[in-house]
Amino acid sequence: MDLLRFITCGSVDDGKSTLIGRLLYDSDSVSLDVLATLEKRRATTGGDVDLALLTDGLKAEREQGITIDVAHKYFTTPRRKFIITDAPGHVQYTRNMVTGASNADLAIVLVDARQGVIEQTRRHTLLASLLGIQHFVLAVNKMDLVGHEEVIFQKIVADYAAIAGQLKLPSVVAIPLSALNGDNVVRRSDFLSWYHGPSLLEHLESVPTAVDANPNEPRFQVQYVIRPQTEELPDYRGYAGRIQSGTYRQGDRVRIWPSGLETVIEAIEVNQREVAAASAPQGVILRLRDDVDVSRGATIVPTSAHPAVVRELEATLCWMDERPLRAGRKLLVQHHAATVKAAVTIILQKTNIETFESQGTDEAKLNDIVRVRLKTALPLVADEYRQNRVTGAFILVDEQTGATLAAGLIAATDPEYFTEEVPAEAVFSI
Amino acid sequence: MPTAIYLDYLDRLEAEAIHILREVAGQFERPALLFSGGKDSIALTRLAEKAFRPGKFPFPLVHIDTGHNFEEIINYRDELAAYLGEKLIVRRVEDTIRERGLHEPGGKYPSRNPLQTYTLLDVIEEFEFDACIGGARRDEEKARAKERIFSVRDDFGQWDPKRQRPELWNIYNGRIQKGENVRVFPISNWTELDVWNYIQRENIKLPDIYFSHERQCVVLPSGQLLGFSEHLNLDETDEIVNRRVRFRTVGDSTCTAAVESDAASVDDIIQDLLLAKVSERGATRLDDNLSETGMEDRKRNGYF
Repeated sequence: MDLLRFITCGSVDDGKSTLIGRLLYDSDSVSLDVLATLEKRRATTGGDVDLALLTDGLKAEREQGITIDVAHKYFTTPRRKFIITDAPGHVQYTRNMVTGASNADLAIVLVDARQGVIEQTRRHTLLASLLGIQHFVLAVNKMDLVGHEEVIFQKIVADYAAIAGQLKLPSVVAIPLSALNGDNVVRRSDFLSWYHGPSLLEHLESVPTAVDANPNEPRFQVQYVIRPQTEELPDYRGYAGRIQSGTYRQGDRVRIWPSGLETVIEAIEVNQREVAAASAPQGVILRLRDDVDVSRGATIVPTSAHPAVVRELEATLCWMDERPLRAGRKLLVQHHAATVKAAVTIILQKTNIETFESQGTDEAKLNDIVRVRLKTALPLVADEYRQNRVTGAFILVDEQTGATLAAGLIAATDPEYFTEEVPAEAVFSI
Repeated sequence: MPTAIYLDYLDRLEAEAIHILREVAGQFERPALLFSGGKDSIALTRLAEKAFRPGKFPFPLVHIDTGHNFEEIINYRDELAAYLGEKLIVRRVEDTIRERGLHEPGGKYPSRNPLQTYTLLDVIEEFEFDACIGGARRDEEKARAKERIFSVRDDFGQWDPKRQRPELWNIYNGRIQKGENVRVFPISNWTELDVWNYIQRENIKLPDIYFSHERQCVVLPSGQLLGFSEHLNLDETDEIVNRRVRFRTVGDSTCTAAVESDAASVDDIIQDLLLAKVSERGATRLDDNLSETGMEDRKRNGYF
């Protein structure tokens, strides 16, 4: 059985929490005592069982009827195991949406059939697309409130196609549904007989996964050095880490970055056994033929691969801190196991997440999406995010407080492709 | 293009957990693994073997003993630590109560569960642990569903759900200031069934109380069964019965209810679970039912 991670985008008004509640409820994933708690609340507030309460976990969220933070829900059908990331939709929670999208294989973009495509739809789609999600579901909800009319659905699908085209989304499936009544969520609906596609769950069960099996050039970063120093194993040195992309084989000639030293993979261990080869995203221990200096954060790649090893790069940032970013700021880049000092040298432009236009800017505020140039104190083995969703990603960390300041997506590592500076007032489309 | 090796969902969950454990080893100076003797922390020790053998664990096992633990769990704990050859640190809630002048909990079913927090904070201070690995899972409870894998706690061990760090991709930020520490939950994304499937696949031996056995039980007003123990303050209204039961979670004996079951093996339990319609904490935890936000409140105060 395989695993699909998906994110739901949309505000509580679109019925997002109700949709998740419905998926859990109709796939028999809600237990009796949890249902009893919901019933108890219904008895005091009246109306139907509020399925949204299955996901809104924090006190403030139940009081205010909104989702503040990313919640995770799990369910399994005979076909597949699912991890749902339920991320809030309001503008002020863009950072949470980015957080949720960073680990998702698929995004469900929820639209209220009465309202159609709105600015928020554009924003969510842009963010999910920016984070490299491959599969999109346009879930047109509340079809019961528009008389289950096909023309309304088709109009929304056409409007969304324009966005999908602009962002070059690889795959979009549109499904009309009613989360409240359960139409087309798990079971297909008689009210929507003009629709011949799959129900939402049927689609989630059949969409291709295996996005984790990253077939890019091999990348492996050392997380931890294992040295038992026991009588039986006095000289054992194992480099423990997770294969980030590609495949490693025993006997591969490899180079250690950033030192550039060369050696050979003597052995690969997975779960305390030697194997001939291993692939992403497996956790392994590599043993090397020569006693070279390798510590946490070093990257080991076959000599046949030629990664960019750079001290200057361009990246797209989603700024997540209350205090705005200005050029010249010093901070830490955490590139998985490698943490290096860095400075933001220029803020090049900011993306308007509703119009998709870019404009020059000299600062990044909370929730802004900006393109910047970074200089690092030590070289990084850097891939572009659109090439490699693992090694193209990093976070920015405040050296003093340790706070996570931004999500970073590597956009260019070759100065030849760096962006020209533009004046702050210039506006242009992507 | 190289052919991808197919990883099934348990392999993927396992790889994620091993990655997290190695990040703890790489990022912290004095981590610890909080070991309760329950199946989740037992699974963690297996994952730690996979992450660090042939080396030793880069952390000790730490057990907070409430003094109300099941005897089987204590025996199991000592056997496991001996088998693993890893260091075990035990701190007793009883000692905390004495040293801090705390009140013993009263009532018919006196639970030392809330007092564990004090012992935990004390042991963190004593050894200056900067990271504590725990076996909590997000599917257990709705406040847990919102917690990060690396969860930063302040000087007082408190969790502030509104000030959590964003956790992006699988990049874990464990940078902290003096006095702060991080709780790390490597099996956050596992469900109860995933843990059992893993125990089955890995052929992990568990304490006997997880399997069907005959036990003297007290029938609670809710209909739940509580294993009889000397720590309960029973009176003539209590009904004591003999039932075939097993435990789904293992905590304090005074607040962990048993479920009636004939499941005698891991296979039987998985079958039971597939049919089960009552969630793990709902079936067995008396403390969470106190209020709808019971867990959120306790976590804010420094609980596991």
